[in-house]
Amino acid sequence: MTINTMAKGGWHRDQMSCFRKMEKVIVAMQDPDMGMKMRNQRLLITVIPHAMTGRDIIDWLMKKYNICEEESLHISGLLVRYGYIYPLKEPRSLVLRPDESPYRFQTPYFWTSTRWPASELDYAIYLAKKNIRKQGELMEYEKERYSVLHKRINHTWDFVVMQAREQLRASKQRRKADRIVLECQEQAYWLINRPPPGARNVLDMGLERPNNTARVTLNSEHYKNEIDTCKRALGRNRVKSSICLEGFVKYSEQYQNHDPIMQGCLPSNPWISDDSAHWTMNLETVPTPTRLRVERWSFSFMELLNDEMGRREFMTYLEKEFSGENLGFWQACEDIKHGESSRIVEKVEEIYRNFLAPGAPRWVNIDSKTMDKTLSGIRHPHRFVMEDAQMHIYFLIKKDSYPRYLKSDLYKNMLAKGIVPQETKKSVFPFMRRQRHSSPSPAQVATQATEEGGNAKGAGQAGTNSAAGSNV
Amino acid sequence: MGEMEELRKEMENLKDQITAARKTFQDSTLQEAAAGVTVVGRVQLKTRKTLRGHLAKIYAMHWGTDSTLCVSASQDGKLIVWDTITTNKVNAIPLKSSWVMTCAYAPSGNLVACGGLDNMCSIYNLKGKDGNVKVMRELAAHTGYLSCCRFLSDTEIITSSGDCTCVLWDIETGTQKTVFAGHQGDAMSLGVSPDFKFFISGACDFTAKLWDIREAECRQTFGGHESDINAIGFFPNGNAVITGSDDATCKLYDLRADQELLTYQDSSIMCGVTSLAPSKSGRLLLAGHDDFNVNIWDMLKAERVGVLAGHDNRVSCIGVSTDGMACCTGSWDSFLKIWN
Repeated sequence: MTINTMAKGGWHRDQMSCFRKMEKVIVAMQDPDMGMKMRNQRLLITVIPHAMTGRDIIDWLMKKYNICEEESLHISGLLVRYGYIYPLKEPRSLVLRPDESPYRFQTPYFWTSTRWPASELDYAIYLAKKNIRKQGELMEYEKERYSVLHKRINHTWDFVVMQAREQLRASKQRRKADRIVLECQEQAYWLINRPPPGARNVLDMGLERPNNTARVTLNSEHYKNEIDTCKRALGRNRVKSSICLEGFVKYSEQYQNHDPIMQGCLPSNPWISDDSAHWTMNLETVPTPTRLRVERWSFSFMELLNDEMGRREFMTYLEKEFSGENLGFWQACEDIKHGESSRIVEKVEEIYRNFLAPGAPRWVNIDSKTMDKTLSGIRHPHRFVMEDAQMHIYFLIKKDSYPRYLKSDLYKNMLAKGIVPQETKKSVFPFMRRQRHSSPSPAQVATQATEEGGNAKGAGQAGTNSAAGSNV
Repeated sequence: MGEMEELRKEMENLKDQITAARKTFQDSTLQEAAAGVTVVGRVQLKTRKTLRGHLAKIYAMHWGTDSTLCVSASQDGKLIVWDTITTNKVNAIPLKSSWVMTCAYAPSGNLVACGGLDNMCSIYNLKGKDGNVKVMRELAAHTGYLSCCRFLSDTEIITSSGDCTCVLWDIETGTQKTVFAGHQGDAMSLGVSPDFKFFISGACDFTAKLWDIREAECRQTFGGHESDINAIGFFPNGNAVITGSDDATCKLYDLRADQELLTYQDSSIMCGVTSLAPSKSGRLLLAGHDDFNVNIWDMLKAERVGVLAGHDNRVSCIGVSTDGMACCTGSWDSFLKIWN
């Protein structure tokens, strides 16, 4: 979430890099050789130079950045919204029409990033000019703002009026075409920096974060801490990037069938079919789990432990091997780590009685060093007092029992019994020939016939756009 | 000032050494690693539901672990828990302060939390005895606004703040258990690792830090962004960190290689990233931007494979449900949309 912040000099940091990027595009568009072809535009009886049509802008962007029309519309829309390009006809409608509508580049003098923030004084002068030039030219909301400003900066009002008169006099001496252009530019600037009520304020930065002066003081203690952190960071083990990248590839491939956005889901996508069968089948506890779910238990030990059914099945297996106390111990330690502080002492005692004391009913086999450390820690119980013992048992189960469980008949039967739901067929509209998928896969990975699996109820807008990846 | 200058030089020297050490482990490019991966075609997600009810900008949303309920926070001073299938409001919680910036859903489903310019994290109990939702705790100690919060369990929560620190709280007693200091700018967002042992924070000093919750120290620091980091998240296997920044790019930092491996950027994307979420398999990354769109990236090939354009204002928050079924976007246009 981007939140507004006033950094040094009053610049809104989060917008600046956005503006710089747009300005790069604008500069490229005005390049004498590779830029846009501009022409004169007739506005009533005057001829405005250096105008271009919306269509030309779209086409130029498509060619230059090798993007599709939707993308081009999006970018050019941004340029108009932020005032880098303004429309000559219908100046209050800050959209880019991909037709013969004329547009012009805003002069850098009036770029939002140049004059930031727009000053009240300038706005007052602008409104005053409009008022003087033609009585009644101000719109309703402008009249209101004018009178508010009049009250607020009353002390400089003489200056405001004088400036307005001066600027009007100077503009009278210009050619008509230039005068109109300047008026258009100024109007465009103020439409963005002081939008009319109801219009979107593109310069809305959200909540203004209070300027927190009590920040990090760069004193010697800070540097000492940083040095310690760096020393520790320097000495850490690192793995080659090739191995890491391979790890991500493997993970994505392993989980691809389990990712509904990639592969869809069976029996149907509840969001399309309004049938919650998918969720019912995947509840925490069901009589028979789905095959996908059982398959995930083999992906990693964490997957098995995080699934309540998986844990129960695993416990059944361990009991058969008379090592169920290991899992029981691990679970009890987890309970201490994440449970209420007030019950820590009681829980630690219970663990000691059940798992650690000599002759305990569910005694766990921990090496003597860890056992000694744990027993002495128990005298002053805290949330992590069982950590070392728990880690020891965790790795024991993971290395030994877990792989054997995956090879066991118990697991294999579970996997074979696992439900693979059938895709429910959607009801067919009378005039459609083919049946629609009730579980389309949004990503066209394998070439599947992805229908427009539209929601029969028509809820929500079909806000789908796709951009062929653009490269510059 | 001689001592300070020496200390600063030593720190800079160590940082250079870390950079050099990281370089020696960079032995592959993405092209080589992802060469054999099947290509993802265009990804098309459709809006399935629109959640209407907020009256002002939505600043944050978070899915519950059951994958059908979610909570959203808006500047209209309300925290709303939605049943996303029926689009009904399960709870509409009025807040004391309407300047809310973040919200979170506890993994158990019993609690929700929120906070913002009031510098506090308020915990609400959804399963109170008499059915009313009441404030259970108000965690106050931050000297800056609350930018993000995430539950570890019903008894512990981590918060990040504009005072540049992150804090681990004991909800029962309402006290700070650990303060994680080290960032040199506002901490803007945080993410918890799948095993709940670590968390990551992104800040306005353009860095992301990995913290060991138990040892209370910063394990790794990642730089490279050119502007504030607004969004951060773990890759689903917990081995990498994904960040989104005002510089309009997203980056992937691998924890084991201890460095940046991938950057997701395109010259036609100009507006900053506000929020991000990976799909369940980690193959796709969905990033919400200031320009009202959500861009969908193929994480392995670093290519843009889709765009979600359905909001009329900035996309401020995004989340993929736990079962990976649906993506929810929240926007300043006061609507939440469910896509898949």
